[in-house]
Amino acid sequence: MLSSLTLLSAVLKPVAEGDGGFEAPTINEFYPEVVAFGGTPYELNRIMLIRLLVTGLLILVFWLWSNRFRKSTETGQFVPGRFQMFGEMALNFVRKSIAHEQLGEKDGDRFLPLLTTIFFIVLGMNITGIIPGLNIAGTSVIGLPLILALAAYVTFIYAGVKKHGIGFFKNSLFPAGVPAAFYILVTPIEFLSTFILRPVTLALRLMMNMIAGHLLLVLCFSATQYFFFNSEGIFKTFGAGTFTFGFVFTLFEMLVAFLQAYVFTLLTTVYIQLSLADEH
Amino acid sequence: MTPVIHEIMHAAANPLVPATADLIWSAVVFAILLVFFWFKVLPNFKKNIDARTEAIEGRLALAEKAQAEAAAKTANIEADQAAARQERAEIINAARAEAAQVSVEITEAAKLNAERMIETAKKQIEADTQSAVIALRAEVGSLALELASSVVQNNLKEDKSASAIVDGFLADLEKEGK
Repeated sequence: MLSSLTLLSAVLKPVAEGDGGFEAPTINEFYPEVVAFGGTPYELNRIMLIRLLVTGLLILVFWLWSNRFRKSTETGQFVPGRFQMFGEMALNFVRKSIAHEQLGEKDGDRFLPLLTTIFFIVLGMNITGIIPGLNIAGTSVIGLPLILALAAYVTFIYAGVKKHGIGFFKNSLFPAGVPAAFYILVTPIEFLSTFILRPVTLALRLMMNMIAGHLLLVLCFSATQYFFFNSEGIFKTFGAGTFTFGFVFTLFEMLVAFLQAYVFTLLTTVYIQLSLADEH
Repeated sequence: MTPVIHEIMHAAANPLVPATADLIWSAVVFAILLVFFWFKVLPNFKKNIDARTEAIEGRLALAEKAQAEAAAKTANIEADQAAARQERAEIINAARAEAAQVSVEITEAAKLNAERMIETAKKQIEADTQSAVIALRAEVGSLALELASSVVQNNLKEDKSASAIVDGFLADLEKEGK
């Protein structure tokens, strides 16, 4: 067993360790050393620890909000305070702007648990990419994006089958209004796009965005480090430029973190909506 | 999974191939949060929002009821005022009619009174005239008797003088008449 101190120091391990020469970041950034349970199927590295940390924080924050909602309902004090208002804003963003907008109130509320979970997991895990000390997104290794995409995949197929029965596959693979001869061409395309590309693109879009963002930031800041401390003369001033780039990209990553959460959730909703629709 | 295989997988470092631990922890995290949002956060959130909507609607209904009551009261007051105005107008009209009636009656009465007074006066005058005629007649009779008697006496004494007496008498009458 490892002490909690070791776990903490592993989480907070700095990303760039300057040891003289400049090292460009590689894909190995996303395979940090194992810090616990090494060799077991549930071994932990700092990315897994970051995921657990984010999960804990999400539960803490939403637990507080949830209790606030419950208290408000029980006491009949319906004027929300600032804290509660913020929680409502966050939850209503998924509920109204995404779920109700695409699915209507009834179906929107039906699939809300999945959509809310996806949105806040992705947002929470993405944002760790720019939090000092964590510096890597929990969604930047394929596992989590894959699990989320799988959940979305299962859900939109479930929604279609529940509503149309076996007709869902017929509607999806043999779209109405197409001459029968074209099905030789159309059906494989529809199969590929609906049942293979949808989950794959969901997972890859998210992971690649986070990988690219992380590599860019590491590149900018490790270059800054190199220019400031390991280069001579005029090259030192280059560090200011790379630092500025790094700073701007950090802000950009903030936007990307939110945007990818929004896109992932919105696409999941749209896929469900397409499954529920009568005509494809 | 042996450490050797583990090392080989890491050496490959293909970002598209999920490691077992990666999948397991991702699934655990997802499952925990899904259950948490599904059975804890969202029910509380929905209950709160529904209760609030209900409360707002309830209060709106109360406000509407109060407004309707106020409107009904206003309508009642206005109806009362209209009735009062109507009554006032009726009273004034009745009073005017009565006044007109009374004035007509008074005029009538005054006319009657005046006619009666004129009638009385006329009767009085007639009566006076009558009595004067009667008195005159009596006087004329007595005078005629006096004259007749003096004529008779003088006739008896002297015929000549009889015509003189009559003349004298008539002269006297004339004098008295003047």
